[in-house]
Amino acid sequence: MAAWWDNLVSKFILNFVTDNRWRYLWVGLGNTLKMTLGALVFGIVVGAVIAVVRTTWDKNKEEMRPGPARAILKFFNGLFKIYVTVIRGVPVVVQVMIFYYIIFVSSKNGVLIGTLSFGVNSSAYVSEVIRSGIMSIDKGQFEAGRSLGFNYVQTMWNIILPQAIKNVLPALGNEFITLLKETSVAGYVGVQDLTKGGDIIRGRTYSAFMPLIAVALIYLVMVVILERLLGVFEKKLRNSDH
Amino acid sequence: MTNEVLIKAQGLKKYYNDGAIKALDGIDMEIHRGEVVVIIGPSGSGKSTFLRSLNLLEVPTEGQILFEGTDITDPKVDINKHRQKMGMVFQHFNLFPNMTIMKNLTLGPTKLMKRSKAEAEAKATELLERVGLADRAGAYPSQLSGGQKQRVAIVRALCMGPEVMLFDEPTSALDPEMVGEVLDVMRNLAREGMTMAVVTHEMGFAKEVGDRIVFMEDGRILEEAAPQDFFTAPKSDRAQAFLAKVLI
Repeated sequence: MAAWWDNLVSKFILNFVTDNRWRYLWVGLGNTLKMTLGALVFGIVVGAVIAVVRTTWDKNKEEMRPGPARAILKFFNGLFKIYVTVIRGVPVVVQVMIFYYIIFVSSKNGVLIGTLSFGVNSSAYVSEVIRSGIMSIDKGQFEAGRSLGFNYVQTMWNIILPQAIKNVLPALGNEFITLLKETSVAGYVGVQDLTKGGDIIRGRTYSAFMPLIAVALIYLVMVVILERLLGVFEKKLRNSDH
Repeated sequence: MTNEVLIKAQGLKKYYNDGAIKALDGIDMEIHRGEVVVIIGPSGSGKSTFLRSLNLLEVPTEGQILFEGTDITDPKVDINKHRQKMGMVFQHFNLFPNMTIMKNLTLGPTKLMKRSKAEAEAKATELLERVGLADRAGAYPSQLSGGQKQRVAIVRALCMGPEVMLFDEPTSALDPEMVGEVLDVMRNLAREGMTMAVVTHEMGFAKEVGDRIVFMEDGRILEEAAPQDFFTAPKSDRAQAFLAKVLI
Protein backbone atom coordinates (compact mmCIF):
# COMPACT_ATOMS: atom_id res chain seq x y z
CA MET A 1 0.00 0.00 0.00
CA ALA A 2 2.72 2.43 0.97
CA ALA A 3 4.86 1.59 -2.03
CA TRP A 4 1.95 2.15 -4.36
CA TRP A 5 1.27 5.52 -2.82
CA ASP A 6 4.93 6.54 -2.88
CA ASN A 7 5.10 5.62 -6.53
CA LEU A 8 2.09 7.81 -7.29
CA VAL A 9 3.53 10.76 -5.42
CA SER A 10 6.89 10.47 -7.11
CA LYS A 11 5.19 10.24 -10.52
CA PHE A 12 3.20 13.34 -9.67
CA ILE A 13 6.33 15.21 -8.66
CA LEU A 14 8.18 14.02 -11.78
CA ASN A 15 5.42 15.05 -14.17
CA PHE A 16 4.20 18.32 -12.68
CA VAL A 17 6.65 19.70 -10.10
CA THR A 18 10.15 18.95 -11.41
CA ASP A 19 11.35 21.75 -13.74
CA ASN A 20 7.97 23.47 -13.17
CA ARG A 21 6.44 21.12 -15.72
CA TRP A 22 2.91 22.12 -14.63
CA ARG A 23 3.53 25.26 -16.63
CA TYR A 24 3.13 23.32 -19.88
CA LEU A 25 -0.43 22.58 -18.85
CA TRP A 26 -1.02 26.12 -17.62
CA VAL A 27 0.19 27.75 -20.85
CA GLY A 28 -1.65 25.11 -22.87
CA LEU A 29 -4.87 25.77 -21.01
CA GLY A 30 -4.49 29.50 -21.71
CA ASN A 31 -4.10 28.88 -25.44
CA THR A 32 -6.99 26.42 -25.51
CA LEU A 33 -9.27 28.96 -23.83
CA LYS A 34 -8.12 31.80 -26.09
CA MET A 35 -8.81 29.78 -29.22
CA THR A 36 -12.12 28.44 -27.94
CA LEU A 37 -13.49 31.81 -26.90
CA GLY A 38 -12.28 33.56 -30.06
CA ALA A 39 -13.68 30.82 -32.28
CA LEU A 40 -16.93 30.80 -30.32
CA VAL A 41 -17.56 34.51 -30.92
CA PHE A 42 -16.49 34.26 -34.56
CA GLY A 43 -18.66 31.19 -35.09
CA ILE A 44 -21.77 32.76 -33.57
CA VAL A 45 -21.48 36.05 -35.44
CA VAL A 46 -20.64 34.54 -38.83
CA GLY A 47 -23.01 31.61 -38.29
CA ALA A 48 -25.89 33.97 -37.45
CA VAL A 49 -25.22 36.09 -40.53
CA ILE A 50 -25.19 33.00 -42.75
CA ALA A 51 -28.37 31.68 -41.14
CA VAL A 52 -30.19 35.01 -41.59
CA VAL A 53 -29.15 35.33 -45.23
CA ARG A 54 -30.14 31.77 -46.03
CA THR A 55 -33.52 31.87 -44.32
CA THR A 56 -34.24 35.30 -45.80
CA TRP A 57 -33.66 33.92 -49.25
CA ASP A 58 -35.66 30.76 -48.67
CA LYS A 59 -38.62 32.64 -47.27
CA ASN A 60 -38.69 35.54 -49.72
CA LYS A 61 -37.39 34.32 -53.05
CA GLU A 62 -40.87 33.95 -54.47
CA GLU A 63 -42.23 37.28 -53.23
CA MET A 64 -39.19 39.47 -53.88
CA ARG A 65 -39.24 41.92 -56.75
CA PRO A 66 -36.44 41.46 -59.29
CA GLY A 67 -33.64 43.95 -58.71
CA PRO A 68 -30.19 44.42 -57.23
CA ALA A 69 -31.26 43.47 -53.69
CA ARG A 70 -32.59 40.14 -54.92
CA ALA A 71 -29.49 39.48 -56.99
CA ILE A 72 -27.16 40.21 -54.06
CA LEU A 73 -29.19 38.02 -51.71
CA LYS A 74 -29.21 35.20 -54.23
CA PHE A 75 -25.46 35.48 -54.69
CA PHE A 76 -24.69 35.34 -50.97
CA ASN A 77 -27.17 32.53 -50.41
CA GLY A 78 -25.35 30.46 -53.03
CA LEU A 79 -21.94 31.42 -51.68
CA PHE A 80 -22.84 30.48 -48.10
CA LYS A 81 -24.32 27.18 -49.21
CA ILE A 82 -21.01 26.27 -50.81
CA TYR A 83 -19.13 27.56 -47.75
CA VAL A 84 -21.11 25.33 -45.40
CA THR A 85 -20.69 22.30 -47.66
CA VAL A 86 -16.94 22.76 -48.03
CA ILE A 87 -16.30 23.49 -44.35
CA ARG A 88 -18.39 20.57 -43.18
CA GLY A 89 -16.87 18.31 -45.81
CA VAL A 90 -13.24 18.65 -44.74
CA PRO A 91 -11.84 17.37 -41.42
CA VAL A 92 -11.09 20.18 -39.00
CA VAL A 93 -7.46 19.13 -38.58
CA VAL A 94 -6.93 19.35 -42.33
CA GLN A 95 -8.53 22.80 -42.31
CA VAL A 96 -6.23 24.00 -39.57
CA MET A 97 -3.21 22.78 -41.51
CA ILE A 98 -4.45 24.42 -44.71
CA PHE A 99 -4.86 27.69 -42.83
CA TYR A 100 -1.42 27.42 -41.22
CA TYR A 101 0.72 25.99 -44.01
CA ILE A 102 -1.00 27.43 -47.09
CA ILE A 103 -3.22 30.45 -46.50
CA PHE A 104 -1.31 32.14 -43.69
CA VAL A 105 2.07 30.61 -44.40
CA SER A 106 3.88 33.88 -43.70
CA SER A 107 2.40 34.26 -40.21
CA LYS A 108 3.85 32.47 -37.21
CA ASN A 109 0.96 33.31 -34.87
CA GLY A 110 -0.42 29.81 -34.47
CA VAL A 111 -2.96 30.73 -31.82
CA LEU A 112 -4.52 33.41 -34.00
CA ILE A 113 -4.60 31.16 -37.05
CA GLY A 114 -6.03 28.38 -34.92
CA THR A 115 -8.71 30.71 -33.58
CA LEU A 116 -9.68 31.80 -37.07
CA SER A 117 -9.73 28.33 -38.50
CA PHE A 118 -11.74 26.83 -35.62
CA GLY A 119 -14.07 29.85 -35.86
CA VAL A 120 -14.64 29.25 -39.56
CA ASN A 121 -15.29 25.59 -38.90
CA SER A 122 -17.71 26.31 -36.08
CA SER A 123 -19.57 28.97 -38.06
CA ALA A 124 -20.69 26.39 -40.62
CA TYR A 125 -22.25 24.19 -37.95
CA VAL A 126 -23.65 27.11 -35.94
CA SER A 127 -25.26 28.54 -39.07
CA GLU A 128 -27.26 25.34 -39.56
CA VAL A 129 -28.30 25.28 -35.90
CA ILE A 130 -29.49 28.90 -35.94
CA ARG A 131 -31.12 28.36 -39.32
CA SER A 132 -33.24 25.59 -37.88
CA GLY A 133 -34.10 27.94 -35.00
CA ILE A 134 -35.24 30.71 -37.30
CA MET A 135 -37.31 28.30 -39.37
CA SER A 136 -39.03 27.04 -36.23
CA ILE A 137 -40.49 30.49 -35.51
CA ASP A 138 -44.06 30.94 -36.65
CA LYS A 139 -44.56 33.17 -39.69
CA GLY A 140 -47.03 35.18 -37.63
CA GLN A 141 -44.20 36.52 -35.44
CA PHE A 142 -42.63 37.94 -38.52
CA GLU A 143 -45.86 39.46 -39.73
CA ALA A 144 -46.55 40.97 -36.32
CA GLY A 145 -43.17 42.68 -36.37
CA ARG A 146 -43.53 43.93 -39.91
CA SER A 147 -47.06 45.17 -39.34
CA LEU A 148 -45.85 47.30 -36.41
CA GLY A 149 -43.46 49.01 -38.81
CA PHE A 150 -40.21 47.15 -38.10
CA ASN A 151 -38.15 46.63 -41.23
CA TYR A 152 -36.85 43.18 -42.12
CA VAL A 153 -33.55 43.44 -40.25
CA GLN A 154 -35.14 45.03 -37.16
CA THR A 155 -37.75 42.28 -37.07
CA MET A 156 -35.06 39.64 -37.34
CA TRP A 157 -32.93 41.24 -34.61
CA ASN A 158 -35.61 42.28 -32.10
CA ILE A 159 -38.21 39.56 -32.52
CA ILE A 160 -37.08 36.47 -34.43
CA LEU A 161 -33.47 35.86 -33.38
CA PRO A 162 -34.07 36.02 -29.60
CA GLN A 163 -36.76 33.35 -29.94
CA ALA A 164 -34.74 31.31 -32.42
CA ILE A 165 -31.65 31.26 -30.19
CA LYS A 166 -33.76 30.26 -27.22
CA ASN A 167 -35.20 27.32 -29.14
CA VAL A 168 -31.82 25.99 -30.26
CA LEU A 169 -29.80 26.67 -27.14
CA PRO A 170 -29.29 22.97 -26.30
CA ALA A 171 -28.02 22.30 -29.84
CA LEU A 172 -25.77 25.36 -29.65
CA GLY A 173 -24.41 24.08 -26.33
CA ASN A 174 -23.53 20.84 -28.08
CA GLU A 175 -21.64 22.76 -30.71
CA PHE A 176 -19.72 24.82 -28.12
CA ILE A 177 -18.61 21.70 -26.28
CA THR A 178 -17.50 20.10 -29.55
CA LEU A 179 -15.60 23.26 -30.40
CA LEU A 180 -13.75 23.31 -27.08
CA LYS A 181 -12.55 19.76 -27.57
CA GLU A 182 -11.77 20.17 -31.27
CA THR A 183 -9.12 22.74 -30.45
CA SER A 184 -7.06 19.79 -29.21
CA VAL A 185 -5.79 19.27 -32.78
CA ALA A 186 -4.01 22.65 -32.71
CA GLY A 187 -0.82 20.80 -31.83
CA TYR A 188 -0.64 19.74 -35.49
CA VAL A 189 0.42 23.26 -36.39
CA GLY A 190 2.76 23.77 -33.45
CA VAL A 191 0.32 25.51 -31.14
CA GLN A 192 0.97 24.55 -27.56
CA ASP A 193 -2.61 23.99 -26.40
CA LEU A 194 -3.67 21.92 -23.42
CA THR A 195 -3.37 18.58 -25.23
CA LYS A 196 0.03 19.48 -26.65
CA GLY A 197 1.15 20.66 -23.20
CA GLY A 198 0.33 17.27 -21.71
CA ASP A 199 2.05 15.53 -24.60
CA ILE A 200 5.23 17.58 -24.10
CA ILE A 201 5.35 16.45 -20.49
CA ARG A 202 4.86 12.85 -21.58
CA GLY A 203 7.76 13.22 -23.99
CA ARG A 204 10.02 14.55 -21.25
CA THR A 205 9.13 12.07 -18.53
CA TYR A 206 8.27 8.96 -20.57
CA SER A 207 5.31 8.59 -18.26
CA ALA A 208 1.88 8.76 -19.91
CA PHE A 209 -0.60 8.23 -17.12
CA MET A 210 -0.29 11.46 -15.11
CA PRO A 211 -0.16 14.04 -17.93
CA LEU A 212 -2.90 12.44 -20.03
CA ILE A 213 -5.28 11.91 -17.14
CA ALA A 214 -4.61 15.49 -15.99
CA VAL A 215 -5.40 16.81 -19.47
CA ALA A 216 -8.55 14.69 -19.66
CA LEU A 217 -9.73 15.94 -16.25
CA ILE A 218 -9.14 19.57 -17.17
CA TYR A 219 -11.23 19.20 -20.35
CA LEU A 220 -13.94 17.47 -18.37
CA VAL A 221 -14.03 20.24 -15.76
CA MET A 222 -14.24 22.90 -18.48
CA VAL A 223 -17.13 21.09 -20.15
CA VAL A 224 -18.94 20.78 -16.82
CA ILE A 225 -18.54 24.53 -16.23
CA LEU A 226 -19.77 25.25 -19.75
CA GLU A 227 -22.79 23.00 -19.22
CA ARG A 228 -23.61 24.84 -15.99
CA LEU A 229 -23.36 28.25 -17.68
CA LEU A 230 -25.60 27.11 -20.51
CA GLY A 231 -28.05 25.69 -18.01
CA VAL A 232 -28.30 29.02 -16.17
CA PHE A 233 -28.73 30.87 -19.45
CA GLU A 234 -31.40 28.46 -20.64
CA LYS A 235 -33.32 28.80 -17.41
CA LYS A 236 -33.24 32.57 -17.71
CA LEU A 237 -34.55 32.44 -21.27
CA ARG A 238 -37.26 30.02 -20.24
CA ASN A 239 -38.85 32.54 -17.87
CA SER A 240 -41.61 33.10 -20.38
CA ASP A 241 -42.74 29.45 -20.52
CA HIS A 242 -45.47 28.68 -18.10
CA MET B 1 -67.39 59.07 -40.37
CA THR B 2 -66.03 61.84 -42.58
CA ASN B 3 -65.77 62.25 -46.30
CA GLU B 4 -62.01 62.08 -46.24
CA VAL B 5 -60.75 58.97 -48.02
CA LEU B 6 -58.13 57.32 -45.81
CA ILE B 7 -57.43 54.22 -47.87
CA LYS B 8 -58.19 53.72 -51.51
CA ALA B 9 -57.60 50.44 -53.32
CA GLN B 10 -57.53 50.58 -57.10
CA GLY B 11 -57.63 47.59 -59.42
CA LEU B 12 -56.07 45.35 -56.80
CA LYS B 13 -55.04 41.94 -58.12
CA LYS B 14 -53.13 39.14 -56.48
CA TYR B 15 -52.22 36.17 -58.62
CA TYR B 16 -50.37 33.00 -57.71
CA ASN B 17 -48.71 30.53 -60.05
CA ASP B 18 -48.58 33.01 -62.92
CA GLY B 19 -52.27 33.77 -62.76
CA ALA B 20 -53.58 30.24 -62.33
CA ILE B 21 -54.90 31.24 -58.92
CA LYS B 22 -56.56 34.61 -58.62
CA ALA B 23 -56.78 35.44 -54.91
CA LEU B 24 -57.77 39.02 -55.72
CA ASP B 25 -59.24 39.74 -59.10
CA GLY B 26 -59.62 43.48 -59.41
CA ILE B 27 -60.77 45.19 -56.24
CA ASP B 28 -61.69 48.86 -55.99
CA MET B 29 -62.66 50.22 -52.63
CA GLU B 30 -62.47 53.30 -50.46
CA ILE B 31 -62.33 53.46 -46.70
CA HIS B 32 -63.22 56.81 -45.18
CA ARG B 33 -61.78 58.18 -41.99
CA GLY B 34 -63.85 57.06 -39.03
CA GLU B 35 -65.65 54.38 -40.99
CA VAL B 36 -66.05 50.75 -39.93
CA VAL B 37 -65.98 48.48 -42.95
CA VAL B 38 -66.80 44.84 -42.35
CA ILE B 39 -65.63 42.39 -44.99
CA ILE B 40 -67.46 39.09 -45.13
CA GLY B 41 -67.69 36.19 -47.50
CA PRO B 42 -67.11 32.44 -47.77
CA SER B 43 -63.65 31.08 -47.00
CA GLY B 44 -61.30 31.35 -49.92
CA SER B 45 -63.08 34.44 -51.19
CA GLY B 46 -59.95 36.56 -50.77
CA LYS B 47 -61.11 38.70 -47.87
CA SER B 48 -58.06 38.05 -45.73
CA THR B 49 -55.75 38.50 -48.69
CA PHE B 50 -57.43 41.81 -49.40
CA LEU B 51 -57.07 43.01 -45.82
CA ARG B 52 -53.43 41.91 -45.67
CA SER B 53 -52.67 43.69 -48.90
CA LEU B 54 -53.81 46.99 -47.41
CA ASN B 55 -50.60 47.17 -45.37
CA LEU B 56 -48.67 45.19 -47.97
CA LEU B 57 -48.21 42.03 -45.92
CA GLU B 58 -49.36 40.60 -49.23
CA VAL B 59 -47.82 42.45 -52.12
CA PRO B 60 -50.44 42.81 -54.85
CA THR B 61 -49.56 41.64 -58.33
CA GLU B 62 -51.30 44.67 -59.81
CA GLY B 63 -53.05 47.80 -58.65
CA GLN B 64 -52.46 50.58 -56.17
CA ILE B 65 -53.21 51.27 -52.54
CA LEU B 66 -53.40 54.92 -51.61
CA PHE B 67 -53.00 55.56 -47.90
CA GLU B 68 -53.52 59.20 -46.94
CA GLY B 69 -52.96 60.00 -50.59
CA THR B 70 -49.64 58.15 -50.94
CA ASP B 71 -49.35 55.14 -53.21
CA ILE B 72 -47.76 52.67 -50.81
CA THR B 73 -47.30 50.01 -53.51
CA ASP B 74 -44.62 52.25 -55.02
CA PRO B 75 -41.30 50.53 -54.18
CA LYS B 76 -39.73 53.93 -53.46
CA VAL B 77 -42.17 54.56 -50.61
CA ASP B 78 -40.94 53.58 -47.13
CA ILE B 79 -43.67 51.10 -46.28
CA ASN B 80 -42.44 50.74 -42.69
CA LYS B 81 -43.32 54.35 -41.90
CA HIS B 82 -46.85 53.82 -43.21
CA ARG B 83 -47.32 50.50 -41.46
CA GLN B 84 -46.78 52.27 -38.14
CA LYS B 85 -50.04 54.06 -38.80
CA MET B 86 -51.92 50.91 -39.82
CA GLY B 87 -52.50 48.73 -36.79
CA MET B 88 -53.06 45.06 -37.49
CA VAL B 89 -54.73 42.39 -35.39
CA PHE B 90 -54.32 38.75 -36.38
CA GLN B 91 -56.45 35.68 -35.95
CA HIS B 92 -53.73 33.98 -33.90
CA PHE B 93 -52.75 37.09 -31.92
CA ASN B 94 -49.06 36.77 -32.75
CA LEU B 95 -47.91 38.21 -29.46
CA PHE B 96 -44.19 37.87 -28.81
CA PRO B 97 -44.08 34.87 -26.44
CA ASN B 98 -40.64 35.63 -25.02
CA MET B 99 -41.62 39.10 -23.82
CA THR B 100 -43.87 40.30 -21.04
CA ILE B 101 -47.12 42.00 -21.98
CA MET B 102 -45.57 45.37 -21.19
CA LYS B 103 -42.57 44.62 -23.42
CA ASN B 104 -44.92 43.51 -26.20
CA LEU B 105 -46.64 46.87 -25.98
CA THR B 106 -43.58 49.11 -25.69
CA LEU B 107 -41.25 47.44 -28.21
CA GLY B 108 -42.64 49.32 -31.19
CA PRO B 109 -43.00 52.76 -29.58
CA THR B 110 -39.51 52.71 -28.03
CA LYS B 111 -37.65 51.29 -31.03
CA LEU B 112 -39.59 52.89 -33.87
CA MET B 113 -41.00 56.13 -32.51
CA LYS B 114 -38.08 56.93 -30.21
CA ARG B 115 -40.36 57.23 -27.20
CA SER B 116 -38.74 57.00 -23.79
CA LYS B 117 -39.42 53.82 -21.83
CA ALA B 118 -41.42 55.74 -19.22
CA GLU B 119 -43.50 57.48 -21.85
CA ALA B 120 -44.23 54.25 -23.72
CA GLU B 121 -45.13 52.42 -20.51
CA ALA B 122 -47.45 55.20 -19.36
CA LYS B 123 -49.35 55.03 -22.63
CA ALA B 124 -49.41 51.23 -22.60
CA THR B 125 -50.73 51.18 -19.03
CA GLU B 126 -53.46 53.65 -19.88
CA LEU B 127 -54.59 51.55 -22.84
CA LEU B 128 -54.33 48.31 -20.86
CA GLU B 129 -56.61 49.83 -18.25
CA ARG B 130 -59.18 50.54 -20.90
CA VAL B 131 -59.32 46.88 -21.90
CA GLY B 132 -59.27 45.81 -18.25
CA LEU B 133 -55.85 44.17 -18.25
CA ALA B 134 -53.66 46.65 -16.37
CA ASP B 135 -52.87 44.02 -13.73
CA ARG B 136 -51.39 41.64 -16.33
CA ALA B 137 -48.63 43.94 -17.56
CA GLY B 138 -45.90 41.76 -16.05
CA ALA B 139 -47.31 38.46 -17.29
CA TYR B 140 -46.16 36.53 -20.34
CA PRO B 141 -48.56 35.77 -23.20
CA SER B 142 -48.66 32.07 -22.31
CA GLN B 143 -50.25 33.01 -18.97
CA LEU B 144 -53.20 34.72 -20.64
CA SER B 145 -56.45 33.34 -22.01
CA GLY B 146 -57.19 33.66 -25.71
CA GLY B 147 -59.51 36.59 -25.20
CA GLN B 148 -56.96 38.37 -23.05
CA LYS B 149 -54.26 37.75 -25.63
CA GLN B 150 -56.36 39.27 -28.36
CA ARG B 151 -57.15 42.32 -26.24
CA VAL B 152 -53.43 42.76 -25.64
CA ALA B 153 -52.79 42.39 -29.36
CA ILE B 154 -55.29 45.16 -30.04
CA VAL B 155 -53.59 47.36 -27.45
CA ARG B 156 -50.20 46.60 -29.02
CA ALA B 157 -51.43 47.98 -32.31
CA LEU B 158 -53.05 50.97 -30.60
CA CYS B 159 -49.80 51.87 -28.81
CA MET B 160 -48.40 52.95 -32.17
CA GLY B 161 -51.17 55.54 -32.49
CA PRO B 162 -52.58 54.18 -35.77
CA GLU B 163 -54.89 55.98 -38.18
CA VAL B 164 -56.64 52.75 -39.09
CA MET B 165 -57.00 49.32 -37.53
CA LEU B 166 -57.08 46.18 -39.66
CA PHE B 167 -58.66 43.11 -38.06
CA ASP B 168 -58.07 39.74 -39.69
CA GLU B 169 -60.68 37.36 -38.21
CA PRO B 170 -59.90 38.54 -34.68
CA THR B 171 -62.32 36.18 -32.95
CA SER B 172 -62.07 33.05 -35.11
CA ALA B 173 -59.47 31.35 -32.91
CA LEU B 174 -61.25 32.08 -29.63
CA ASP B 175 -63.39 29.94 -27.39
CA PRO B 176 -67.00 31.02 -27.87
CA GLU B 177 -67.24 32.53 -24.41
CA MET B 178 -64.24 34.79 -25.04
CA VAL B 179 -65.54 36.27 -28.26
CA GLY B 180 -67.66 38.83 -26.44
CA GLU B 181 -64.83 40.50 -24.54
CA VAL B 182 -62.87 41.08 -27.74
CA LEU B 183 -65.89 42.36 -29.63
CA ASP B 184 -66.57 44.76 -26.74
CA VAL B 185 -63.14 46.29 -27.13
CA MET B 186 -63.66 46.61 -30.88
CA ARG B 187 -67.09 48.13 -30.38
CA ASN B 188 -65.64 50.76 -28.06
CA LEU B 189 -62.91 51.54 -30.56
CA ALA B 190 -65.49 52.06 -33.27
CA ARG B 191 -67.49 54.31 -30.97
CA GLU B 192 -64.43 56.44 -30.35
CA GLY B 193 -64.20 57.05 -34.07
CA MET B 194 -61.40 54.68 -35.05
CA THR B 195 -61.27 53.78 -38.72
CA MET B 196 -61.56 50.02 -38.96
CA ALA B 197 -61.51 47.32 -41.59
CA VAL B 198 -62.69 44.03 -40.14
CA VAL B 199 -62.72 40.57 -41.69
CA THR B 200 -65.03 38.49 -39.56
CA HIS B 201 -67.67 35.79 -39.38
CA GLU B 202 -69.45 37.56 -36.52
CA MET B 203 -72.59 38.66 -38.34
CA GLY B 204 -74.08 40.20 -35.21
CA PHE B 205 -71.06 42.44 -34.84
CA ALA B 206 -71.12 43.31 -38.54
CA LYS B 207 -74.76 44.29 -38.33
CA GLU B 208 -74.40 46.33 -35.18
CA VAL B 209 -71.04 48.07 -35.55
CA GLY B 210 -70.39 48.12 -39.30
CA ASP B 211 -71.05 51.26 -41.31
CA ARG B 212 -70.71 49.29 -44.49
CA ILE B 213 -70.68 45.62 -45.39
CA VAL B 214 -68.49 44.35 -48.19
CA PHE B 215 -69.34 40.90 -49.47
CA MET B 216 -66.58 39.14 -51.37
CA GLU B 217 -66.35 36.03 -53.47
CA ASP B 218 -63.68 34.64 -55.81
CA GLY B 219 -61.41 37.61 -55.27
CA ARG B 220 -64.06 40.15 -56.19
CA ILE B 221 -66.43 42.42 -54.35
CA LEU B 222 -69.89 41.09 -55.08
CA GLU B 223 -71.89 43.48 -53.01
CA GLU B 224 -71.35 46.60 -50.92
CA ALA B 225 -74.13 48.01 -48.79
CA ALA B 226 -75.18 49.46 -45.45
CA PRO B 227 -75.74 46.65 -42.92
CA GLN B 228 -79.49 47.12 -42.64
CA ASP B 229 -79.82 46.81 -46.42
CA PHE B 230 -77.39 43.97 -46.81
CA PHE B 231 -78.77 41.80 -44.05
CA THR B 232 -82.44 42.37 -44.85
CA ALA B 233 -82.29 42.43 -48.62
CA PRO B 234 -79.06 41.16 -50.16
CA LYS B 235 -79.05 41.77 -53.89
CA SER B 236 -76.94 38.93 -55.22
CA ASP B 237 -77.99 35.29 -55.13
CA ARG B 238 -74.61 34.33 -53.69
CA ALA B 239 -75.01 36.71 -50.74
CA GLN B 240 -78.54 35.41 -50.15
CA ALA B 241 -77.27 31.85 -50.11
CA PHE B 242 -74.41 32.81 -47.81
CA LEU B 243 -76.67 34.59 -45.35
CA ALA B 244 -79.14 31.73 -45.38
CA LYS B 245 -76.38 29.46 -44.16
CA VAL B 246 -74.78 31.70 -41.54
CA LEU B 247 -77.85 33.36 -40.05
CA ILE B 248 -80.25 30.92 -38.53
